[in-house]
Amino acid sequence: MQVDSALVHHVADLARLGLTPEDQERYIAEMGRILGYVEKLNELNVDGVEPLVHPFDARNVFRSDEVRPCPDREEALANAPDRSEMFFRVPKVIE
Amino acid sequence: MSHPLGEYELVIGLETHVQLKTATKLFCGCATRFGAEPNSQVCPICTGMPGMLPVLNRHAYELGVRAALALHCEIAPFTKFDRKNYFYPDLPKSYQISQFDVPISKNGWLEAAGEGHTVRVRIHRAHLEEDAGKLLHPESPVGRADYSLVDFNRSGVPLLEIVTEPDLTTPADAHAYLTELKQVLQYTGISDCDMEKGSLRCDANVSVRLRGATVLGTKTEIKNLNSFKFIVKALEHESERQIRVLEGGGRVVQETRLWDPVVGETRVMRSKEEAHDYRSFPDPDLQPFVITAEEVERIRRTLPEMPAARRRRFVESSGLTERDAEILTADRAIADYFEACAALHAAPKLLANWVIGELRKEMNERHLEAESLAEKLPPARLVELARLVEDGKITRLVGKDVLAEVLTSGAAAGRIVADKGLAQIADAGALEPLVDKVIAANGKTVADYRAGKKPALAALIGQVMRETKGKANAPLVTKLLQDRLGA
Repeated sequence: MQVDSALVHHVADLARLGLTPEDQERYIAEMGRILGYVEKLNELNVDGVEPLVHPFDARNVFRSDEVRPCPDREEALANAPDRSEMFFRVPKVIE
Repeated sequence: MSHPLGEYELVIGLETHVQLKTATKLFCGCATRFGAEPNSQVCPICTGMPGMLPVLNRHAYELGVRAALALHCEIAPFTKFDRKNYFYPDLPKSYQISQFDVPISKNGWLEAAGEGHTVRVRIHRAHLEEDAGKLLHPESPVGRADYSLVDFNRSGVPLLEIVTEPDLTTPADAHAYLTELKQVLQYTGISDCDMEKGSLRCDANVSVRLRGATVLGTKTEIKNLNSFKFIVKALEHESERQIRVLEGGGRVVQETRLWDPVVGETRVMRSKEEAHDYRSFPDPDLQPFVITAEEVERIRRTLPEMPAARRRRFVESSGLTERDAEILTADRAIADYFEACAALHAAPKLLANWVIGELRKEMNERHLEAESLAEKLPPARLVELARLVEDGKITRLVGKDVLAEVLTSGAAAGRIVADKGLAQIADAGALEPLVDKVIAANGKTVADYRAGKKPALAALIGQVMRETKGKANAPLVTKLLQDRLGA
């Protein structure tokens, strides 16, 4: 895959990252190297091989539908950058 | 045949999210109780704290499979969860755990009773996912505040997303499908489908094309459809809007539109150019799930009779009208109650009249839930009352009062009739003096009747009934009056 500034810009945008022009140049080079390395895998013949969805073999790890006490609200809100009474507070979002 | 859309036809697909009836969230043990204080049902898992590990709720998974079976879907023997990535303040992890390429089920169908025809809709897929939190936009004294508030109580609540094929062609059919879907999900105990509490939400994909065209037109997606009435209106409005665009030589733009119930219009929410790139990938925190054919069968066996089959049975074997059957089966608890009564009585139609008429009225007035009906009014009590009327012990009019009294006091109908002296008066000797009294007191009405105004008789019968507080045998009163007045 060709890594160019449009692609880096798109990825940065999706990740909400603001890149300087220098960052951008560096990422074009680094991402190109990383993807080039991974592309080596395309040389393998994987006909008939099921895609691996998880490295471990465990299946059906369930819990039962039983209510567990929640931590105190204050504890939950303690990590928030901003709050307003019982709520997390964020910059205005209007749909 | 003329069509409301002229030479165009409408193509609709619906995506419905229903909240599964569980005690806890999809991946953590927080309660899902509605109406709890903001952020009182949250934990590190559903607020996306670093290091948290989600574990699937077995009951939610089984409810999902159960719903899928009720919708005639194939159950995937192997399924997994994926991360759907996007940034929004109601999504604490910045990804939603959903199912991308291997949903729990696909390829089903549902048949609904449309207006004069059966609406058959194919189900594309049904998959499990977690809900997001709830955003509030407070008002400040000078308009909208410059911040929003987030309540994560809903975050992680288990949802089943049910996606149809684009098989619906009218707003009325869409309504019929949703009505049937809601009934099926309520019957099977999968969801309470309470739209006011957000436990059933619907998005619609709409496009129009020239009738007979084989290629689909460009679709728009309408969101924020939180009542069946709005869905019908939004579909009508949106199809007309698209036709106007095409007729004006324009092109329909693929975009997400929001239904505004105040204005009665859809408006642009976001266009495809800004569409999300979700970059779905398997969630490494969750290992895959497998289900055997035996387990699927075990769940299938627990499914109750579906509303459509029950309607058919009520019509075919109980001799009810389509309309009566529809009303009685709309709520499973009511249908169960009716059947419990009918098991004690040979004339289902008469019982249906009681349940559909007086009983439902009393339930409304008393805010009596269908679920607690059998406890409040054991089926044998209603059957006893119905028999008193059929056997002529009391009049139907008195029966209505007795029903109210049975519900209030919990006493048996026969007891109430005896205690209050409500037995029917079918003795001519007892009624004649009253008939004479009414004739004497209503000279004008009597004259009208004699002059040929036959409806005047009804007024006189009514007077006699009033005199007896509804206890008089109406046919006998009619006969006595006619005899006296010379019919």
